[in-house]
Amino acid sequence: MTTNWIDVLLWGVLPYVMVVVLVGGTIWRYRYDRFGWTTRSSELHESRLLRIGSPLFHFGLLVVIVGHVIGLVIPASWTAAVGVTQEAYHVQALVLGGIAGFSTLAGIAILIYRRRTTGPVFSATTRNDKVMYVVLVAAIVAGLATTLLGAAGGEGHDYRASVSPWFRSLFVLQPDIASMAAASTGFHVHTLIGMALFVIWPFTRLVHAFTAPLQYLFRPYIVYRSRAGGPAARPARRGWERV
Amino acid sequence: MRVMAQIGMVMNLDKCIGCHTCSVTCKQAWTNRGGVEYVWFNNVETRPGQGYPRRYADQERWRGGWVRNRRGRLQLRAGGRWRKLATIFANPVLPHISDYYEPWTYDYETLTEAPLGDDFPVAQPRSLLTGEPMQVEWSANWDDDLGGGPEVGAQDPVVEKLRRESEDAVKLDYERAFMFFLPRICEHCLNPSCVASCPSGAMYKRAEDGIVLVDQDQCRGWRMCVTGCPYKKVYFNHRTGKAEKCTFCYPRVEVGLPTVCSETCVGRLRYIGLFLYDVDRVGEAAAVPDEQDLYEAQLDILLDPADPDVVRAARREGIPEDWIAAAQRSPVYKLAKEYRVALPLHPEFRTMPMVWYVPPLSPVVDRLTETGHDGESAANLFGAVDALRIPVEYLAELFTAGDPEPVRDVLNTLAAMRAFMRDVTLGREVDESIPAAVGMDGAQIMEMYRLLAIAKYDERYVIPTAYEGEAHQLEELACSLDFEGGPGMGGEGPDGGPPFGEASGRPVPVSVETFHALADRQTADDFGDTESRRGRVNLLNWDGRGRPEGLFPPRRTAAERARDGNGSPPPDDGDGPAGDAR
Ligand code: SF4
Ligand code: SF4
Repeated sequence: MTTNWIDVLLWGVLPYVMVVVLVGGTIWRYRYDRFGWTTRSSELHESRLLRIGSPLFHFGLLVVIVGHVIGLVIPASWTAAVGVTQEAYHVQALVLGGIAGFSTLAGIAILIYRRRTTGPVFSATTRNDKVMYVVLVAAIVAGLATTLLGAAGGEGHDYRASVSPWFRSLFVLQPDIASMAAASTGFHVHTLIGMALFVIWPFTRLVHAFTAPLQYLFRPYIVYRSRAGGPAARPARRGWERV
Repeated sequence: MRVMAQIGMVMNLDKCIGCHTCSVTCKQAWTNRGGVEYVWFNNVETRPGQGYPRRYADQERWRGGWVRNRRGRLQLRAGGRWRKLATIFANPVLPHISDYYEPWTYDYETLTEAPLGDDFPVAQPRSLLTGEPMQVEWSANWDDDLGGGPEVGAQDPVVEKLRRESEDAVKLDYERAFMFFLPRICEHCLNPSCVASCPSGAMYKRAEDGIVLVDQDQCRGWRMCVTGCPYKKVYFNHRTGKAEKCTFCYPRVEVGLPTVCSETCVGRLRYIGLFLYDVDRVGEAAAVPDEQDLYEAQLDILLDPADPDVVRAARREGIPEDWIAAAQRSPVYKLAKEYRVALPLHPEFRTMPMVWYVPPLSPVVDRLTETGHDGESAANLFGAVDALRIPVEYLAELFTAGDPEPVRDVLNTLAAMRAFMRDVTLGREVDESIPAAVGMDGAQIMEMYRLLAIAKYDERYVIPTAYEGEAHQLEELACSLDFEGGPGMGGEGPDGGPPFGEASGRPVPVSVETFHALADRQTADDFGDTESRRGRVNLLNWDGRGRPEGLFPPRRTAAERARDGNGSPPPDDGDGPAGDAR
């Protein structure tokens, strides 16, 4: 199969651009805007809907992420080797993925409805948030649609034969452009929106995901810190340099 | 024994007149910004009353502080680590803004701009959250002075509890109503449940002086601390998405100045000083089985700074000499442990709070005087303290987990001082039996009287400065509170800051000015669009320093000034405190 320049651009260049922006942007943000690095929660203004929508969205999303990792990282041959047939794999992926995808979508629908209808929450919504919501919802919808249409249409398009090899090939810096180009349009759209999401990620409130506080499980309850972290914590002022 | 120093405060409730000067000056200094309009690091509540946020002391509802579990270990009431992470997407018990109150401002502009007409123009209240007109229904001390009244008093969790326990213990009918004011700041607890609740590890207790702070750089807005603090003294800034709390005015304290609330207190009722305590025994003391033993347990871990063993241990931990000396002169240690007249607020939350209160004797005295007795005579007072179940039981619920004995002891001590000093003042022969009745002698009473009644500034505030070794950084150590909109509010100023965002330049001193933040908001002064109305501040917040649009002629640039030939040259160094020319 021949690859034209658009495919090269989309599946050979764009992913790396995305990674550069994602990593670079995150480092930049962490270095220069730690103060802005927050969930910017609006629970103070409204909690009834949030308490339904937010867990639905977040837990759904966690399952979706796990599903993506499994689907993209583990080659079909491996699952086959442990005795999971293609059909079985697809049925479970469809069922689990479908449920998780729907809760994610329902969750974010509730959250957006809440955001739009609760006065103070809407006032606290920035343009940045709005853009982020559009991309995020688009990614979820595209993903869910691809999954469902793929199954319903009986097209049986197997992303594990097209998208996953391409995804893995990215890591060895030899993008398998041809196999990705052969995937269906649905996957293309979902992948592109997904990449867009990762590109804007570091510049939106989504960054809070990168600091999920897992260390909480291991640290002592009471944290002591020395004032200002000792003399080196702050650049010395002119005339006050250490001798 | 591992000795640590803790800065603490004592408030003498008898002297609080409920003027809210402390709240207002604190707000001026720390929370006059968008996002924290509803926040009062220092608030004064009328008791009996609901408090701020409403009914915060009801831990069945708000789940703050620690509980002792069946195995005798302490556990966060709102749930341990796993539970915290599992509920991180939506905190199940976060107070709603209406539990505090919806902040508002007034549409002052209509007063001057309304067209000529028959009606007087009215400045409508408008929500600071949405910009919409609103009905003002509640605020931080809405029940001001209504304490004890049937409507508000009955809502007080303490009153509720007492009522449950005995049908008639707290009568709030008019004749028997009593009230007093309770100023509250963060307790800077020895066993802070807010710190323990923070999943990010952004909250910490400073090792040197025990001040509990939120690292604004590390806070991610999970808001577990708000739930964790039983006193509801961590607040969520809904603009910046970060938690904020009373900082014990650390930039002031570090240079030996008292906190703003203490400095400005009209009643001069606040004392600041050091405690030395044994950090190894904090956990054990906070976990004593019986809630009513918590007060004693807490006193127990406070070490006697005069004890040579303690001094030696303190030196071993690297506590500097001037700090040890300050601890020996500490007024708060004297009031809390030596004279035992100051009590901790709600020790049953098991956080080991370090703001102590001398309970008010005045309800007792008032009651005596009302009934035609001599409210100053020792016999009457002692009798009344024992006989009056209210307010003793009420105070006990606040200060000793319901044990009336220590409260009675404190009130008796105060009564003894009052009676004894009357004789002294009137030049009568002093009656040594009065102090003896409370286990003191005349000299001690005189000393205590001095501290409570006439102590001057430097006796009320014994604050050692930050370590000498770090003197070179002493121009108000900034620990990342300095952001536009952050608690330090150093921010970047109106015309741009460091090149790559907030953290890339030199920190601006914390306490110096709210200048830029104020100026910024004051220039967004037109009432026309909602956008700017959201950011509006109350005119009360203007401290005379900013330049509200239209109040002064437009500011001239340096060039213009130079042209006119009479201007002073602009400072060359941008980090001067007031930053006038920035
Ligand atoms: S009173 Fe202060 S130190 Fe204590 S738990 Fe609350 S916020 Fe933390
Ligand atoms: S300034 Fe002093 S007297 Fe006035 S309310 Fe505050 S604590 Fe009470």
